[in-house]
Amino acid sequence: MRRASRYPLGDVTVFSLIIINKAGGLIYQREYQAGLRSLSTNDYLVLAGTFHGVHAITRSITPKLPLAQTSPATTTPGGGGSAPPAGYSYPNPGIAASGLEHLETEKFRLTCFQTLTGTKFLLFTDPMTGNVDTIMNKIYELYADYVMKNPFYQLEMPVRCEAFDRHLGAWLRGRT
Amino acid sequence: MAAPPRHSAMLSMNSAVATPQPMPGDMSQGPPQSLTPQPSQGLRVPSNRKTIYDRHLNRSRNAELSRASFAYLFAEMVTYAQRRVTGIQDLEKRLNEQGYPLGLRLLDLLFYRTTTTSSSALSSSSTSSSPPNRPLRILTLLHLIHGPLWRLLFGRSADALEHSVSPDTPNEYMITDNDPLVNAYISVPREMNQLNCAAFVAGIIEGVCDGCGFEAKVSAHNQPTEMWPSRTVFLLSFGESVMEREKVLERSGIK
Repeated sequence: MRRASRYPLGDVTVFSLIIINKAGGLIYQREYQAGLRSLSTNDYLVLAGTFHGVHAITRSITPKLPLAQTSPATTTPGGGGSAPPAGYSYPNPGIAASGLEHLETEKFRLTCFQTLTGTKFLLFTDPMTGNVDTIMNKIYELYADYVMKNPFYQLEMPVRCEAFDRHLGAWLRGRT
Repeated sequence: MAAPPRHSAMLSMNSAVATPQPMPGDMSQGPPQSLTPQPSQGLRVPSNRKTIYDRHLNRSRNAELSRASFAYLFAEMVTYAQRRVTGIQDLEKRLNEQGYPLGLRLLDLLFYRTTTTSSSALSSSSTSSSPPNRPLRILTLLHLIHGPLWRLLFGRSADALEHSVSPDTPNEYMITDNDPLVNAYISVPREMNQLNCAAFVAGIIEGVCDGCGFEAKVSAHNQPTEMWPSRTVFLLSFGESVMEREKVLERSGIK
């Protein structure tokens, strides 16, 4: 109820952002607002690796539906334990299993967005913050612009693009 | 960014689209062409036999090029140049060399287009308008670069034009661009902070100067400010012969 009364892009608290490459390595970490205790660099690396692993597991336990039973009655997931392994599909074949998307505690919420290429963006926000999708889209857009179009960025390596820092910081601070 | 690539990209796309369905107007030109593809001889010829060379050069004058495709293309050019260089100066020299032929060719297009725009209608171009003069003096050349050339390349004028204040270097001029299009998405790593990828644009300027008969060396330098972090200054230093000629022209009062 409280969230509904807020403006669409109103007060938004973004604590920090982490980017994990497709191998599970930490390639970017920035804090935008105080509110969370910060970790040591090593702990951030462990966090990235651990999250990557947990994400992969949550993906793999997403139930699949046997392909043979195409009748709409089989929408209950998890029913395909004994069917032959050849004919499986996710509930919606067009969309791959997404894995872990949110982690919520009393003080913050972690939202994970995985791109189609396997890069993961982890955003730590206030639990009350709405429209995290919009923020995430904008971050992805800035990443596509200022990281992927930069000839000096090597794929899968830590992001050291000054223009990305600048634009992202300016945008997040301009909103909050 | 640059007109010739934009031009050809735009037109080749048009001709590709025109291939499957000839326009109604083409019927008057002769028997309708069959829709079978032409035998491939490198260049694809549309069924109405109009290649990009048959179209008017001004047709794509206001055409726009995707910023993202240019950014990817330019990023690839930088990577390509970077692959076989030893140092930053070498890399800038290579980017400069990539821009130079572009500037030489761009000059003709620029003159051509200023002719047709100065006369209000295309029909009167043969009668009323006098052809624009090739710049003879340094200042007219600089104004040509600062204004029309910048508008042709980037759709806006450059931000400043200055003469060197030092008495030792009267042959140096500076053109400033607060936010060069080529550097929009580029962040140079800290260990290469001398590098400015706008050396490519410097090459284009050098080509334009040489094409006009002004021997010059042009280089791009970073001059970031708080407000414009990617502000770039293009330093043009003209050769001895140009400065001598400039003095003669000044005495005889030629503008």
